[in-house]
Amino acid sequence: MKRLFWITTLILVLSALATATVIAQGSTPTDDEVNAIAKDLFCPVCENTPLDVCPTDACKEWREEIRGMLADGKSEAEIKQHFVDYYGARVLAEPPRSGFNWLVYVIPPIIIVAGAFVLFRALRAWSQASTTEAGVDEEDAPPSSDDEYIARMEAELKKRN
Amino acid sequence: MTEEQTTPTPAPKRGVSMSTQIIIWVALMALLVLVGLGLRKAQNPIISIGSEVPDFPLTMFEGYSYQGASEVNFADLQGKVVVINFWASWCKPCEQEAAELEEAWRYYEGDGDVVFLGIAWTDTPDNAKDYLERFDITYPNGPDLGSRISAIFNRNLGVPETYFIDREGVVSSIKIGPFTSVGEIQATVDPLLK
Repeated sequence: MKRLFWITTLILVLSALATATVIAQGSTPTDDEVNAIAKDLFCPVCENTPLDVCPTDACKEWREEIRGMLADGKSEAEIKQHFVDYYGARVLAEPPRSGFNWLVYVIPPIIIVAGAFVLFRALRAWSQASTTEAGVDEEDAPPSSDDEYIARMEAELKKRN
Repeated sequence: MTEEQTTPTPAPKRGVSMSTQIIIWVALMALLVLVGLGLRKAQNPIISIGSEVPDFPLTMFEGYSYQGASEVNFADLQGKVVVINFWASWCKPCEQEAAELEEAWRYYEGDGDVVFLGIAWTDTPDNAKDYLERFDITYPNGPDLGSRISAIFNRNLGVPETYFIDREGVVSSIKIGPFTSVGEIQATVDPLLK
């Protein structure tokens, strides 16, 4: 009786292990999982088309390749590296940070900073120039017609008082 | 009589100094020239008729070889007429010429004066192998790893595209699109053997 119990337990444990393996192997990556990687890759044939939205047969094949690699347990970095090795760095949405590619990352911030500096200096110069002009105007300006009118008003009021 | 005292007022500063402006304009012009040269380079094919083909390695698919080696360097083929065909398994016009290319290869294979190289361009390895098997292609074939070989020939490559290279390593003819007959291939190769 005891022997039968152990045999039954062993069979159940082995069956559970076998089922778990089958489930692990059979889990097919979803479209969302595939597209999460495909969106960072570009179709090597059709220009400027991200792989996740590219409608061509070739792109469908590449998405299936990603699915297959995910099913094999490959990481996102490994999949992207495979695509770079096989199709070249142009498949990457962001060019690798090496060689001349650094210009892509360095030039725009330099232009923005330089532009902000130029704008700042220009605005400061304009503001100083307008202040100086305003000062000169106040000193040299003849009494305005409003001032004359107010003076006459005040004089009239004094007479009445 | 009162004397008016006039003190000279300094001229107000006006924007950016001339030297800074010159530097900015020079930098902008340099950037534009750089971008223009890059665009021009990207749009022009590198290899044209009369160009000497630079050396490149081709690592072949499993089961394919040239003189027993699984990798061949173009420089090793000097003295032979070389036919380089770019193809892809997803390319329908490539299927039209697959049988003709294989037939032409079998026609020239025996003499050893002509070498055919098939290069799978932007193709998945599994699909490329299926294609080769489906059309029973036996001449040396390999993937364009990293798109490095197509970058030598034509940055705007389409498939099928075939380059005929003479014994001196100079491109003598370029065929864009599929061949319609074996005779068309022979008519291009035969003059190079004389």
